[in-house]
Amino acid sequence: MTVHNLYLFDRNGICLHYSEWHRKKQAGISKEEEFKLMYGMLFSMRSFVGKMSPVDMKDGFLAFQTSKYKLHYYETPSGLKVVMNTDLGVGNIRDVLHQIYSNIYVEFVVKNPLCSLSEPIQSELFRAKLDGFIRGLPFFSARAG
Amino acid sequence: MLLKMVQKSSELFTLTYGALVTQLCKDYENDEDVNKQLDKMGYNIGVRLIEDFLARSNVGRCHDFRETADVIAKVAFKMYLGITPSITNWSPAGDEFSLILENNPLVDFVELPDNHSSLIYSNLLCGVLRGALEMVQMAVDVKFVQDTLKGDGVTEIRMKFVKRIEDNLPAGEE
Repeated sequence: MTVHNLYLFDRNGICLHYSEWHRKKQAGISKEEEFKLMYGMLFSMRSFVGKMSPVDMKDGFLAFQTSKYKLHYYETPSGLKVVMNTDLGVGNIRDVLHQIYSNIYVEFVVKNPLCSLSEPIQSELFRAKLDGFIRGLPFFSARAG
Repeated sequence: MLLKMVQKSSELFTLTYGALVTQLCKDYENDEDVNKQLDKMGYNIGVRLIEDFLARSNVGRCHDFRETADVIAKVAFKMYLGITPSITNWSPAGDEFSLILENNPLVDFVELPDNHSSLIYSNLLCGVLRGALEMVQMAVDVKFVQDTLKGDGVTEIRMKFVKRIEDNLPAGEE
């Protein structure tokens, strides 16, 4: 199993953080373009899922998968979005995405008064903690690829 | 033991807040300006505090203002100040309510001098509530309408729902 990459978006669509571990194929556009494309897709997906659902939903859009990868989506009531791409073997990881929010983003960004909340995150500590957390996940495998 | 520690740390907050208000009263001649600064500081705290709150409580999105009132009084006030205000005086439309604080931990050691009659001592709380709710897309008007410090029987914070803040697609997208 593999973790490919991870995006954090704020409520205004700014990509606060991006990191990748096993990504064999790049998009072929600039990172800024890629973030915009990704956010636009998520935004549309969210509204699509909301409008198409024949019943009232609680959580809304959770994940989608293609033949090769799976995109996991978690949004807090304050609009922070955690997006992680993994291979198809990974099941429901809502609790993992919530932990990234509560144990890493809140602890090392929100509680750091020098970190602006609406700009890409510069904190080295945050990066290091996040990287350590992801590498420690049971479905993170360095030999994959 | 734990209770003692909680009490100690809440006293630390109360006293620190008191020192802050005292300093602001020295720095600004006008009480209105102090009120404004307290509200602004509270706002800046609120926009960060909401993230801590959501992460710790795992509360989901509220679907109406009544649910919001419950979460504020029963979960948030309890978590941060150790008190549970009661919710009263709903407007018929359901867009306004009051939080009644039996004891406001911010004012434990305070006596307002006569020359600060327009100072809203705990105005930081209004800013915190406003800032935190704004982050979950609710524009809310928050103000003290009664205060035990001013001789009222209870402390009452009035909350008025103004509007839902819609999220927009960022500029440059279609």
